[in-house]
Amino acid sequence: MIKIVVQSLRTFLALSLIVGLLYPLSVTLIGQTLWSHQANGSLVERNQKIVGSELLAQKSESMRLFWPRPSASDYGSIPSGASNQGPTSEALKASVQERKAKGFANEMLFASGSGLDPHITKDAAISQLPRIVQARNMNDNQKTALEEIIKSSIEKRDLGFLGEERINVLRLNLKLVDVFGR
Amino acid sequence: MNGYDFFQIFITLLILVVASPLIGKWMFRIFEISNSETGLTHKFESAFYRVAGIDPKEEMDWKHYSLAVLVFNFIGFVFLFLIQILQSKLPLNPQGLADVSWHSAFNSAISFMTNTNWQGYSGESTMSYLTQVLGLTVQNFVSAATGIGVVLALCRGLTQKSSRSLGNFWKDLTRSTLFILLPLSFVFALVLISQGVVQNFSSYSQAVGLDGISQVIPQGPAASQIAIKQLGTNGGGFFGVNSAHPLENPTPLSNWMQLIAILLLPASLVFTFGEYAKSRRQAWAIFIAMGTMLVVGLSASLVAEYSANPVLGHAAVMEGKETRLGVTNSVIWSVFTSAASNGSVNSMHSSLSPISGGIAMFNIMLGEVIFGGVGAGLYGMFLFVLLTVFLSGLMVGRTPEYLGKKIEALEIKMVILGVIIPSAAILIGAGLSSVLPVALSSLSNKGPHGLSEILYAFASAGGNNGSAFAGLNANTVYYNLALGVVMLIGRFGVILPVLAIAGSMSLKKQTPKGPGTFVTDSPLFVVLLIGVVIVVGGLTFLPALSLGPIIEHFLMSLGRSF
Repeated sequence: MIKIVVQSLRTFLALSLIVGLLYPLSVTLIGQTLWSHQANGSLVERNQKIVGSELLAQKSESMRLFWPRPSASDYGSIPSGASNQGPTSEALKASVQERKAKGFANEMLFASGSGLDPHITKDAAISQLPRIVQARNMNDNQKTALEEIIKSSIEKRDLGFLGEERINVLRLNLKLVDVFGR
Repeated sequence: MNGYDFFQIFITLLILVVASPLIGKWMFRIFEISNSETGLTHKFESAFYRVAGIDPKEEMDWKHYSLAVLVFNFIGFVFLFLIQILQSKLPLNPQGLADVSWHSAFNSAISFMTNTNWQGYSGESTMSYLTQVLGLTVQNFVSAATGIGVVLALCRGLTQKSSRSLGNFWKDLTRSTLFILLPLSFVFALVLISQGVVQNFSSYSQAVGLDGISQVIPQGPAASQIAIKQLGTNGGGFFGVNSAHPLENPTPLSNWMQLIAILLLPASLVFTFGEYAKSRRQAWAIFIAMGTMLVVGLSASLVAEYSANPVLGHAAVMEGKETRLGVTNSVIWSVFTSAASNGSVNSMHSSLSPISGGIAMFNIMLGEVIFGGVGAGLYGMFLFVLLTVFLSGLMVGRTPEYLGKKIEALEIKMVILGVIIPSAAILIGAGLSSVLPVALSSLSNKGPHGLSEILYAFASAGGNNGSAFAGLNANTVYYNLALGVVMLIGRFGVILPVLAIAGSMSLKKQTPKGPGTFVTDSPLFVVLLIGVVIVVGGLTFLPALSLGPIIEHFLMSLGRSF
């Protein structure tokens, strides 16, 4: 029995050293060397300041920007969260009706799984167009230019068949701001 | 659903069918190659055994093997418990996170040690980087390797000539961890980083968004843990929302590779068994039975999720799902992970349609034998294989035998124990919790969905799955302790009977196949095996399921909400 305890302890410590320290450290070393942008959270900088991560939705209240999907955790990231409301939830039904009344469409009617979904569909982007056009007093030419920006922001399915076509809201907003200002 | 979805499902299944036999054979060679033949790795392996104080030539009978499993796991539990409750005094804690509460640490230590990876906490606000790598990542590896060890012992017991030895747990553990799980995880982790999974030891980043609103961007050594989380059918998220989190599962491509990783080793181990049995056909029979149940469950779940929800006035509801993944990839994930004892989620199961959520629950309740956990799925399936052989023997009045070895009273007793113990723990735990006020105060959904939350939690714990209907606030003293105990029962209440069967079968002589032998590699056997799995699971859990997801489905059809 004592022999088994000692063997367990020694094996456990030796394995822990390898898979608990050497493994994550060497993965970090190689990952940081090869894909430093990705390994550090795909951060986006403007004027040497971090404006967000390409991969995380951020809260936006401005009528002049595109909005990401609703977030049950109000876009909080430490931790983020979902509504976890079930298919027969009265509360979910009320939320969906409220969002419908606000003119939201498609997946914008529903809170995302992570609470930080960085993407919306093309239809959801187009549904926000009238609001932004109005808030920015855009003329028809500018509106057409914005439609072009939406179109050029569509990301195709990975490898041509995986997942869904989508638009990254932060990247879209950055293009919007670059062309039309904050 | 569109053509892309069908194409993805087809390609995914094709990859599993083609790769599993090859990887299964590769693993067999790693497990059984003699110590002197390992070439380059030989020196490293020998050095490791010297450090660990192991004699790899030592042979263990079933009791010795069981004891080694238990002691090793207990030490892992103690270590993980301590690292959590002391993390504020330990290094690699740039966020200055506080010590984990004793009951949460107890729950999580059992959870990761038993390969369940149930999480009552959110990693980004609870666990220091040291706890994540040296605590949780380590258990991700060794709990998977423990499962592999147990199934190897059973494979040897079922297939070898009369012998007392089931192999050497230390050697199985070491080779599984260092020569299979580690290299695969290493490559996979790097691929995940390329997709955008974070991997660093920095403190969290501060951003100020375009709207002027500040945002904290979590960081950490995520990729190295996520790789083994999927390959080892663990499922514990680095972040609270698990694989729905864009820093944990950033692209449809990362999602697809993880889907394959989830089923890859459990499916391959079926063919490792085929090598032990020296019969590919025996392996294919089990593989086809598992695959059939997977495809049927997946189809039903997809149909349910794409059907209209009259309460919300919508079909293909996106609540709790991510845009980049969509409905199809959320459903595939829910079916694969619940089949495979992998507790990760890329959409919130609580917000799935009642039938889709119910299928995930039923997959778990069947004992996760549809490929199942690494090792655990196959040894669980062997219980049903032996039961099927026994029942068939009863029907025709012959002594049942499997691979030429007679199945007798002791084996059947152990089979029944292995099937009943986790089921009883699930039903008793869920039953008690649906009347105790302390348990009911954690519910967030009303109506039948509330019962589903509780039922799912105990099924997930007893089945060592780890996913959740996460509306339930499980980070309470009551649930941390209750689910912790159920996880222990669900893990070792199966492992010990399995090792007892391995020991008893191992001693038996192999009798040559005669004209009266019931063949276990025929289509008839596949059908019988599926029947036994479904009937046992159905009889045990149908009453509970009918009060949860099934009745919710009908009430939803009537437009009722709660």
